[in-house]
Amino acid sequence: MTEVLRILRKHGFYYLLFLPVAGYLIIFKYVPMIGIMIAFKDVTPFMSMGEIVTSSFIGFKHFVNFFNSFFFWDLMENTLMISIYKTLWSFPAPILLALLINEVHNTYFKRISQTISYLPHFFSMVIVAGLVYVVFGVQGGLVNHLVVLTGGEPQHYLGDPRWFRTILVGTTVWQTVGWGSILYLAAMAGLNPETYEAANIDGASKIQQVRHITLPGISHVIVILFIFRIGDLLDAGFEQILLLYSPSVYEVADIIDTYVYRAGLLNLKYSFASAVGLYKSILALLLLLAANKFANFLGHQGIW
Amino acid sequence: MRIKATPMERLFYLGNYVFLIVVSLLFLIPFISVLSTSFISTAEWARRGNFVLIPEAPTLEAYQFLFGGSKGTVFNAYKITFFRTIVGTILCLTFTGLGAYVLARRNLPGRTFMTLLVFIPMVFSGGLIPFYLVVDRLRLTNTVWIMITPFLVNPWWLLIMRNFLMTIPVELEEAALMDGANPLTVLIRVYLPLSMPALTTIGLFYAVWHWNGWFYAAVFNSNRDLYPIQVILRSILYLGDASYRGDLGIMFEPEMMPPAQTLKAAMIIVTTVPILLVYPFIQRYFVKGMLIGGVKG
Repeated sequence: MTEVLRILRKHGFYYLLFLPVAGYLIIFKYVPMIGIMIAFKDVTPFMSMGEIVTSSFIGFKHFVNFFNSFFFWDLMENTLMISIYKTLWSFPAPILLALLINEVHNTYFKRISQTISYLPHFFSMVIVAGLVYVVFGVQGGLVNHLVVLTGGEPQHYLGDPRWFRTILVGTTVWQTVGWGSILYLAAMAGLNPETYEAANIDGASKIQQVRHITLPGISHVIVILFIFRIGDLLDAGFEQILLLYSPSVYEVADIIDTYVYRAGLLNLKYSFASAVGLYKSILALLLLLAANKFANFLGHQGIW
Repeated sequence: MRIKATPMERLFYLGNYVFLIVVSLLFLIPFISVLSTSFISTAEWARRGNFVLIPEAPTLEAYQFLFGGSKGTVFNAYKITFFRTIVGTILCLTFTGLGAYVLARRNLPGRTFMTLLVFIPMVFSGGLIPFYLVVDRLRLTNTVWIMITPFLVNPWWLLIMRNFLMTIPVELEEAALMDGANPLTVLIRVYLPLSMPALTTIGLFYAVWHWNGWFYAAVFNSNRDLYPIQVILRSILYLGDASYRGDLGIMFEPEMMPPAQTLKAAMIIVTTVPILLVYPFIQRYFVKGMLIGGVKG
């Protein structure tokens, strides 16, 4: 008891400073975590907080319904495929861009092309979606203009299931490639220039230098960022898809997050949507734990 | 020592410059094409009806439609965006700074537990629906606070801030305490001035987040008077989409509406220009902040 008093007398001021943060976290992060119990209940929109808490548990009904529904596999496939396609393109792209920018010796050119390349990172997803809407517009859009010039027919690309995922992947690469290259360029700047000079004298070609000096030199950054990407694999881009999709492309575009949004907030099936959301949260946590374990296994420090 | 480039290498450098110029253009072209579309007049649109790089008679019709009229929707949206950005950033910095300051104290009992309290939400969340139920039952929906109160702390940025604060030597604090300063004075006179660089960077992170935020303002709020600029842009993007129950007629004066495409383009410009204006000044802070955060992840 006296021990507690002694600690409080000495550190009380700091606990007091932390109180607002703790309060914020408990209300907006931890109460929703406890609120996950509604996935095991039947909560209707008009229940009060008290009624939600006291209503009875019904077990795993919503989960069973979700796993047995015909759209379960579609949602899983769309989520994973969109995410994997995005990783395949938008993961190597910044490495390639960094390698090319790193070969530029003119400082001004280097700085300007870099600054331009990460401008889209500062645009909101709504602005990016807006650019896509205008550039891919059927009437007056740049892309369809070029298609017509080369003898094609104008098309509604955004409403076409054959093109929708390509547009998602392209947009993601466009928005993230420049920003993603920063870390790699910083890692490259840390490599010893004498190694390159020695390689030059020994007659190593540019490609050989990239393969044997640059890439091994930045491999730790590549590995750690790749592991993080795997940890986020279930995030296929909720905001982007929500802004760009329409019923005509649901078959290739509807992911777990957009489904939870529609089922929960538009159709007001709170409990069912929470169950779907919880399923995703648990899967994502497992992926992250596995990715982190793998990072440690490779001798890297993960996120913890 | 610089070795003379071989012809192959010269070709590579030339190709590299050309390629990077093309890539840079790819970042700029969508924006330029939107800019030119926004200046097309209704008459020219009706006559030519396809892509126009340089309008024959550039007009401000679309901009007049957005800013004119008696409803003042866009002005009001700017007001909301400025409010949430300024008030939101100040509150975020206060909460994040205090949390980081406390967690940076190496000898504080319970520090590990408190850090865990911040860390867990980074890897697990209750999901959209329980979160909605909490903010709704707290009556934050349909108020301007829905964009601010539930987002006071980004755990990741708090931990970056803490790492920065831990680099400040403890001796400074000990010396101040020796001179008779109390803990509050130490915080305000010693730590606050020294953490200005980190506060600026993290503050800009929060400011851009608030400026760009749209989802909660659009989904957890149905009061049109509280729409920030991003949500107005989103409404305009759905113009011409039959499946969308448009509320543009309520937000603007629908007579003399310019073509949908020019209106979308003009609204994109209206939303983007403020970012472009501050971009040259803020981007280096972001790069710095990204590299600090990148040391660990």
